[in-house]
Amino acid sequence: MSGAAASDHVEFVLPGVKCAGCIAKIENGLRPVPGVHAARVNFTTKRVAIDHSPDLTPDAIRCAIAAIGFDAQPIAAAAPVVENAESKALLRALGVAGFGAMNVMLLSVSVWAGATGATRDLFHWLSALIAMPTVAYAGQPFFKSAWAALRRRRTNMDVPISIGVILATALSLFETIEGGPHAYFDGAVSLLFFLLVGRFLDCVMRDRARDGVTALMRETAPGATILLPAGGTVWKRADAIEPGMRMIVAAGERFAADGMVEEGASLVDRSLVTGESMPESIGPGGPAIAGTLNLGHPLTVRVTAAGEQTSLAGIRRMMEAAGQSRSRYVRIADRAARLYAPAVHTLALLSFVGWMIAGAGWHQSLLIAVAVLIITCPCALGLAVPVSQIVAAGALMRRGILIKDGSALERLAEADCVRFDKTGTITRGRLQPIGALPLSDSEKQAALALARASRHPLSRALAAALEAEHVTAAAVGDLREQPGLGIEGRLAGVRVALGRPSWLGAQADGGAVLQVAFLIEGSAPKLLAFADEIRGDAAATIRRLDQMGLESVILSGDRRDAVAPVAQALGTTALVELMPADKVAAITRLQHAGHRVLMVGDGLNDGPALAAGHVSMAPASATDVGQSAADALFLGEGLMPVATAVAAARRTRAIVRQNFVLAIGYNLLAVPLAIAGLVTPLIAAAAMSSSSLLVLANALRLRGCAR
Amino acid sequence: MSGLALLIPVALLLGLSGLGAFLWSLSRGQYEDLDGAALRILIDEEDQP
Repeated sequence: MSGAAASDHVEFVLPGVKCAGCIAKIENGLRPVPGVHAARVNFTTKRVAIDHSPDLTPDAIRCAIAAIGFDAQPIAAAAPVVENAESKALLRALGVAGFGAMNVMLLSVSVWAGATGATRDLFHWLSALIAMPTVAYAGQPFFKSAWAALRRRRTNMDVPISIGVILATALSLFETIEGGPHAYFDGAVSLLFFLLVGRFLDCVMRDRARDGVTALMRETAPGATILLPAGGTVWKRADAIEPGMRMIVAAGERFAADGMVEEGASLVDRSLVTGESMPESIGPGGPAIAGTLNLGHPLTVRVTAAGEQTSLAGIRRMMEAAGQSRSRYVRIADRAARLYAPAVHTLALLSFVGWMIAGAGWHQSLLIAVAVLIITCPCALGLAVPVSQIVAAGALMRRGILIKDGSALERLAEADCVRFDKTGTITRGRLQPIGALPLSDSEKQAALALARASRHPLSRALAAALEAEHVTAAAVGDLREQPGLGIEGRLAGVRVALGRPSWLGAQADGGAVLQVAFLIEGSAPKLLAFADEIRGDAAATIRRLDQMGLESVILSGDRRDAVAPVAQALGTTALVELMPADKVAAITRLQHAGHRVLMVGDGLNDGPALAAGHVSMAPASATDVGQSAADALFLGEGLMPVATAVAAARRTRAIVRQNFVLAIGYNLLAVPLAIAGLVTPLIAAAAMSSSSLLVLANALRLRGCAR
Repeated sequence: MSGLALLIPVALLLGLSGLGAFLWSLSRGQYEDLDGAALRILIDEEDQP
């Protein structure tokens, strides 16, 4: 560690890190780079954290990582580093509660086994000394949340928990001082331990859902090369770019700000913002949108909007606004607690008053009231929901469906209609040749050399298809890309070209099929057709969703003639040429009409709609924004996971309800005993553990829920 | 009974040392990259003297 030199900190996302060798390669490769003080790869989060001297730009580091052979995307330094502080605090509390529960239980068992007199008092005092600091520390997550709810004159699951634990501890302390026979320290501490387990599981699920805004920053360029008015260039970070500046955007770079093209002509890939799958050509006067990709030639762009004013930042604001309706969702456990807490507290109060009237004396009456509170403390309830959800999420994960959050499962079960994006969701999101390529082996080799030299999506699709056939590229020299037309080069003195059919004198077929022509001078041009294929089981998925009572509609940003054949093939209706805001509007309209919408989409343009939906899913191939805005991701080539997830979520809801019934049924049995004053600490501990085990066992039935 | 005077402090001390070790490892960030830690053992470090 070098503490002497001033150092900046930057983190990069490294999707390509796969093994120990990658870690060593990156760390050893970065160490000799001048200006890099320290580099450490975190394999779990697929990130590398780098301390570097201030004169080293993030772009230079990115190039250094690229030279080692890895694709790295910087995380904007301004993004808040939200560590998983909450789950860490819960884990610490869990450790303390576990220690306390074990030791207090050790002492309690001897008391139950028949210790009397001075030994019992000694053990009670020792228990008190362990239990009180434990409750004060490990109970904090519950006390804080209960206090926050009470201050807003609400109640949640934590209110009865807090009251039960605090009263039980206080009364046990009183019993200990008085030398009485019953202390409930073991009950209070092990209750905290069980509940913290549930709370921690819930938090672990939620941790995966973070980083929404961070991901969006990743889509933008970290900065751009700015042309100085006096001549010369300087690299500026995105947040230092101001309207009026002129930036140079090289081929393959993303625009760091919105602007207007001043010089140059090129192709831009706008799929990030509009969802349109084909690149558009752009020339002087044309609009450049931040976050879109320059495919062809270097452009000089006059910046019109930067930082928070770009359309990309607008999408982010739209996402934040759209996500607010979802944050008002009340979890099923808290809804149950709203009914449960008042009932339990009234019951405890009534038994206290009842025994007072019966003449039991206030000490005896209070003891019974506390026993009622401990018995009814929602231990099984607190465990019922998170355990069911984590078991279901585990089962879904084995089927390639990642659920980010427990509440996502609850909301997924409530969905009653589905809205699909088209590109990348219903279709695979990548172009593939239709049928076999009509090329000979030598033609394939030349075509691969040409296709590799261009960034156009059709070229990349062709290159990918040829590489899959293990074709080796021919040595094509003198490669030149003609903007908007295609690419040409020379193979052994003969001109070869790949590009628009009209440019190469071929007759393109009409229709919605994407075509590219391949020409070797002297022979006739050959047409290669590509399409973005519909996922194989899309139609079956939509039928299954229909059987489950969910109506499907396509919401696409693409053109009508691109969407119509897909909608026809699937037998659904579709809305076309929607901007991100239009998709949000379509969804909010449905929600106002009382529907719960499941949104399935992948692109940045779907981000706000994904956030606005009651619940949302995205394929794992989605953009970072799509991935982080969605509640669940699914892997693989199929669309069926959407239906599987809904079915599993409904099954989980059924099990959670069963668990509630079990927990409440157990209360119905145990509460009369408690009110009658028959519950000793031993019975309380046994009843509590057995009801928790029952709930756990029932939740484990969800292991096969994703079939 | 005199055994208790020895055994109870021993039991508590053992428990506390376990808790202390857990809290220490948590604060030192040992649970932050569990998958990476499993892989790092495979890296050969030739450049160390």
